This record gives sequence, structure tokens and C-alpha cells, in this order.
Amino acid sequence: MSNTAVPPVEVRGLVKRYGELTAVDGVDITVRTGDVYGYLGPNGAGKTTSLRMMLGLIRPTAGSVRLFGRDPTESVTALEGVAGFVEAPTFYPYLTGRRNLELLAAFDGGDAPGRVPDVLERVELSHRAGDRVGGYSHGMRQRLGIAAALLREPRLLLLDEPATGLDPGGMRDMRLLVKQLARQGITIMLSSHLLAEVEDVCNRVAIIRTGRIVYEGEIADLKRTAGMTYRLSTTDDARALEVAGAQPGIEDVQPGPMITLTGEADAVAQLSRALVEAGALIRSLAPQSATLEDLFFSLTEGQGGEDFAVPSAPPEEPLAAVKAS
Amino acid sequence: MKPGVRTVFRWELAKLRRQKRTYLGLGASAIVPILFVVAIHFRHHHGRGDNFAFSSYLDRSGLAVPLVILLFGAVWMFPLITALVAGDIFASEDHNGTLKTILTRSLERWQIFAGKGLAAIAYAIVAILIDGTVAVIAGSIQSGFHSLQTLSGTIVSAPKALELVYVSLLVYLIPILTIAAIGLLLSAVTRNSAAAVVGTLMVSLLFQLIGILPGLGGAQPYLLSTQFNAWQGLLRTPIDWSPIIRAAWVCALYGIPSLGAAYLVFLRRDVAGG
Repeated sequence: MSNTAVPPVEVRGLVKRYGELTAVDGVDITVRTGDVYGYLGPNGAGKTTSLRMMLGLIRPTAGSVRLFGRDPTESVTALEGVAGFVEAPTFYPYLTGRRNLELLAAFDGGDAPGRVPDVLERVELSHRAGDRVGGYSHGMRQRLGIAAALLREPRLLLLDEPATGLDPGGMRDMRLLVKQLARQGITIMLSSHLLAEVEDVCNRVAIIRTGRIVYEGEIADLKRTAGMTYRLSTTDDARALEVAGAQPGIEDVQPGPMITLTGEADAVAQLSRALVEAGALIRSLAPQSATLEDLFFSLTEGQGGEDFAVPSAPPEEPLAAVKAS
Repeated sequence: MKPGVRTVFRWELAKLRRQKRTYLGLGASAIVPILFVVAIHFRHHHGRGDNFAFSSYLDRSGLAVPLVILLFGAVWMFPLITALVAGDIFASEDHNGTLKTILTRSLERWQIFAGKGLAAIAYAIVAILIDGTVAVIAGSIQSGFHSLQTLSGTIVSAPKALELVYVSLLVYLIPILTIAAIGLLLSAVTRNSAAAVVGTLMVSLLFQLIGILPGLGGAQPYLLSTQFNAWQGLLRTPIDWSPIIRAAWVCALYGIPSLGAAYLVFLRRDVAGG
């Protein structure tokens, strides 16, 4: 089995019920090699419960999880090459940071114990490694959590809200770290309730609402969906209708007090030049809806989230967004 | 190196060395015999005598001290010390939220369970050996390292008595290990250290209570509390093995299902907190 043939994460029909409450309701997720995959949803949507099932901490009520093709509910060997944390990373408060890592390295076996100084260095905690974790700030624990994950030399990192609770500087550092790890070839799945965080670092995303996936695909597609409809007002709307109707990439041109049309950002830019050249000077040209933020809210809060029209994901284009950023 | 049960065991001991409760239990194990000897010393000066087993021997041989402490500490003190760690060993992971941290490394749940269980048992053994050893030393300083009269009235030499003391401690460990198993079960089930520690002690005391209820005399030999006195069979001439053999199977009857249940609970539980 080569790495590229078997996806790092393959979740199918995952369900978790607690009595009457369905926390996760038929989740399908595929994280491909090289992805920085955002798992986006408001608090309580079922992100953490899904991640716990992926790490073998919770038994699914139904459905399956495969990490590199192995089932984490059967044996911890499925976590080979996998590391991460759910909710805030936790440690023994009465042991020092270094001692905590030494314990976890011993539990990992192999040559993990030899990597302790190196991972402390990488998360810039060497100077506080001799202090008890009980005295660490939230940000330091978060970094120690990353260090503990790196001890395993993972090919797949599962991070639950890695930047939550950090100050702006800490959030920026965390994003930089995630990008840096992605550049090193680690596949990353990170959950977040903050769109900006996911938008900044991820190339693909699943949006979950009340236990169900309402969107899965490229971030770029989501952005295209978000910015597709424009409203146009010119000095000569009749001329503008003709020009827009003939412009490649511009569709669904409708007259009205304001002309509405759809098209990708580049096509709309071309249109603006064509309009000027045709003598229809632009008074206003603006995306009608839908910033990504609006889209996120409509997907996660709106009544018709499941019905929201989103394009299906195009063929694999790993790390496109990250490389571009 | 491939991690295993031994890795968990070693690190559990390392963690115990960093926790206050460890020293609370071990400290009590060491201090109780010393306080006891000090009490004998003053009682001797006041010329008072009491009528419990071995009391008349306390002044004649220091080797009686560990045995008298076993007699008194049997039903609550050592169970409490044992429960202090056994009841905490899984619950503390819940308290610190660290179960998810250690269960996502390269060790199976059964390995974590076994390592932790062994550490709790090791702690109970160490606590009782410390108590016995301190009692022998403190007793010998107070009353001398002399020969000891057994429950049958025969006199055994000091070295032979010392041997009997340690074998008695080992026999006493049989019901203590059962208490440890109950502590592990309550720790896994309640996920709360205080509840598990108090609950374990309650179980021990409840057995004693059942033992003194009228009409339940027939159940007496099969109660856990009775097994705490099985070691007294060693101090008869010839040695009466029957209470010891009974202790072994009665304790197995209580302990093995407790341990099995603890194992299943730990193995199957959802780690949703932390």
C-alpha cells in the first residue's frame, strides 16, 4: 500500500449517538496526502467528537474510520504515523514539560525519547522545559501539545482548534507552524470554528453543522461560490447588458434597477474593461452576497444550509491554496 | 525499544514519586509503628495493661509490634493506604484529562491498564513492607529483639519470629490485593478519585459490619474482612493453613471479578472528557 493510494483519513457514515442526542450524524470525510484540511463548524457541531473517534478514543455508534487504511477502534497500531490532540492538549501538571514529553516518548517507543530536546526547540519551549506544566500558560500548553505530536514524527496530524484561546501573536505563530509543517510534507487536518484561520492555512475544507457535513471541497471553490453573483450599475445600462451578454465567462445576465450577473472574479475584471471600452462607464460593480463569512454562516446557521448550492469538488489539487499563500 | 506494560509500570512509579498522596500513605505506614511504640513506652511507665492478643508480649519482644499493628490496622488503615493509590490511578487521569494524551500513543489500552494495576499493587506491597520493617526496628528498640510466644503458647526464637512476621505480612497482602482490585474497579467506574478512595474503604468496613450482624455468623468465613486475620494461622503450632487457604480462594472470588470488571470498563469506555 503506497501512501498516495491510501488516503490518510477516510471517514464513512460516521455516527455517534448519546442516548437521544446525535452528536455526529453520518459524516464522510476524505483527507488526501498533502492536504491541509480544515474541519470547520461552530462550537458544538460535532468536530471534537468526530476527531475523538478518528483517534480511537470514542467508539462510533455506526460508520467507519480508516487512518492510512487502518481502523483505530481495533488497535492503537492504526495511529502509527498519526499524532494530534483533541480539545486543549493535557499533561501531568506535577511533572515538568520535559518530563511529560519523556513519558510520552517512552509510550511511543522507538527513538522518540531522543527527539525530546529537538521538539522542545521547534516549539520554542526549551527555556521553560524544566518548569512544571501546572504553571504553563494556555499557549505554552498548546505548543507542548504540538511538541508531543511531533515526537511521533507523524505523516498525519490531527489538531483540534489549535489556535483557540491564543492571543493574536500566538495565533499567528500557530498558523506559521502549521504552514511550516505542511511544507515538510505532513498531512494536516485541523478543526476550527474560525473561518479566517481555516481560510489562511487550508486548501480543503469540510463544514459541519449539527453533526452533518454541509460542504466538503476545495476552499477555492467555496470562495468562488461566495463571490459569484455581482450587481452592476453603469452610465448606459442598455449597452452594458449587451456587452455583458457577449463577454466570455459571464453568465445569467439579468436586467433590473441594477444588472445582476454571475462570473468568476477574473471574468468580472475582464468585463469591467470591456464596459469602459464600450462607453458604459461603471457606477458600481460589487459582489452581491456573499463573502466567505456570509457563506459560512448560511451553511452553519441558516435554515437551508443543506440546500445551499455548492459545486462539487474538482479533481485533486493538493496544497494549491497553501502554495499560493 | 518497543514500549509495553513495563514502560507503563515504570512511569507510573515515576509519577507516584511526584505526588503528595504517595508520601501520605507511605508516611502513615512508617509513622504508625513509631507512634505505637511511643504509646507502649508511656503505657509501660504508667503500669497499665490491656487484654488484646499479644498485648502481654509487647513489652517482652519488639517482634510483637508489627503483628499487633496488623491486628488493629487490618480492616481500615492498610485498606485506606491501598485505596489511596488504587482508587486514584485511573481517576487521576480523568481529573487531569490525560487519558486522551496517553491513549493516543503506541500502547494498547490493556497495556496501560496492566501497568497501572501493577503500580497500584506495588505501592500496597511497599507500604506494608515499610510498616512491617519500621515496626520491627522500632519495636526492637523499645522491647528488644527477643523470642516470641505464639498464639498456641509455644516460644519461637527471634530469627524464626522475624520470619513469621514477614510471612504474616505476605499472607495479609492477599486480602489487600483484593482491596486494590476493588479500588481499581471503583477508580475506573467512578472516574473520581475521592469517590473511589472512600468507596473502597467503605466496602472494607461494610464487610466488617456484615460480620457483626446477628444471624449472619455463618457467612463470617467468607467475608473479605475475615481474611484480614488469616495470617494468624501462621502463629499457631503447628501452623494452621486452613484460614490461609480459605483467604486465597475467597479473596480470588472477590478480587478477580473486580479486576475483570475494571479491565472491561477501562477497555470499552469512551474517552470523551479532558
